Amino acid sequence: MINWSLVVEMLPAFFSGLQMTLVLLVTSALAGLVLAVPLAVARSAHSRLARWPVFGFTYVIRGTPLLVQLFIIYYGLPQFGLIRNSTLWPLLRDPWFCAWLAFTLNTTAYTTEIFAGAIRTTPSGEIEAARAMGLSRAQVFRDVFWPGAWRRALPQYGNEVVQLMHATALASTVTIVEILRVGRDVYTNYLVLPESFGMAAVFYLALTVTITLIFRALERHFLRHLDPRSSATTVAAQQTGIQNVRA
Amino acid sequence: MFQGYLPMILDGLRVTLSIAFVSLCIATVFGMLGASAKLSSSPVLRHTAGAYTTVIRALPDLLLMLIVFYGGQILLNRFTQAQGLGYIDIDAFAAGTVTLGFVFGAYLTETFRGAMLAIPRGQMEAGHAMGLSRLQVMRDIVIPQMVRHAIPGFTNNWLVLLKATALISIIGLDDMVHRASLASAATREPFTFYALIGLIYLAVTTVSIVTLGALNRRMSRGIRAEAAR
Repeated sequence: MINWSLVVEMLPAFFSGLQMTLVLLVTSALAGLVLAVPLAVARSAHSRLARWPVFGFTYVIRGTPLLVQLFIIYYGLPQFGLIRNSTLWPLLRDPWFCAWLAFTLNTTAYTTEIFAGAIRTTPSGEIEAARAMGLSRAQVFRDVFWPGAWRRALPQYGNEVVQLMHATALASTVTIVEILRVGRDVYTNYLVLPESFGMAAVFYLALTVTITLIFRALERHFLRHLDPRSSATTVAAQQTGIQNVRA
Repeated sequence: MFQGYLPMILDGLRVTLSIAFVSLCIATVFGMLGASAKLSSSPVLRHTAGAYTTVIRALPDLLLMLIVFYGGQILLNRFTQAQGLGYIDIDAFAAGTVTLGFVFGAYLTETFRGAMLAIPRGQMEAGHAMGLSRLQVMRDIVIPQMVRHAIPGFTNNWLVLLKATALISIIGLDDMVHRASLASAATREPFTFYALIGLIYLAVTTVSIVTLGALNRRMSRGIRAEAAR
């Protein structure tokens, strides 16, 4: 029933689609990670002036569909002559850059909330003890506060990366040829399902499994001080992680 | 400001909301079935439900929509051909809502499963011991109590589902996003219209959070604050 010669023929196209998906995923995930750390600190600060703008950003991003955000950036921004005449125009007319920008803003918002949640659950005694030991503020942040928050956030952050990988499929709507676009092209040309969307599903499934395994290894590395039998905390964190998903 | 396109966009909101509501109802049915199957004593049911939630959550929503939409059409064509009937076009609304319902049913399965597990086993055993049927235990003991535990997860799934309806414009449904793209093309003001629908989504999200938050507080009254979370 499956046309294997077509599968083999289309394999190179799927692999170049995979490459595009991976490049989008890795670049936006890394940029989001770098941006989310200071934003999460601001989001959980005492000062309202620091907290509210970040909350406004994450609320707007998390409250609107990614597809609409992508369309606002790619189709919407060129409406303004100011942007078409600006030095940023060569970037903003490039679909790849627009998709990357939308995914980065998106993952930054979700990751900020995950990290902010982890920061809020830092036991105050840990910080007080570190200060009492004579550690400077910078040392406390780097050696006590951040490693703890990172460990608590890790399971949820793994979920977020899987969600972001799924979200890169939307890049196909702005002419980028990633895995889903290859699948749609094969479907349009041959009108066959397993060899088009079925193949795309196999690729996404493999990516999901890979990312999950990577994060499981990271969790084993960062959470190895925990007794494996008391892994109830990890399970609890994963369950709350479901609450922070995007469409 | 919107050059007379505002009524058309707002009518699109009606379409978007009806898709979201109908999908949510279908997802709730799939979610209840999935959760019951996951907690059942039959290994076949457990593994089927396990495969359902694992595969659905491992794939992008958009891909699943395309598979159900085109795959469903192909299956329907084969069926009508075998029966000697003519070509039937799948209604985009039906295809879209069934797909979204099927996809989000997998997420709700996990929410409902967690909520069911939060109810002490002894209560169900007591119900059975009192001579209640399985259905009665479910209807009178389990469901009334699991609602409270399910609301936070249910709220999140509703918000994600609401945003996922935007993808449905890609398989040709005339929702708010599709209306915005029509208005953008006609007026050459894409930013105006995409930003407008972005604000509308944000407003619906806000209303949902406030309403379901109030519902959560109402259902959790009589329960101590730390236990209610």
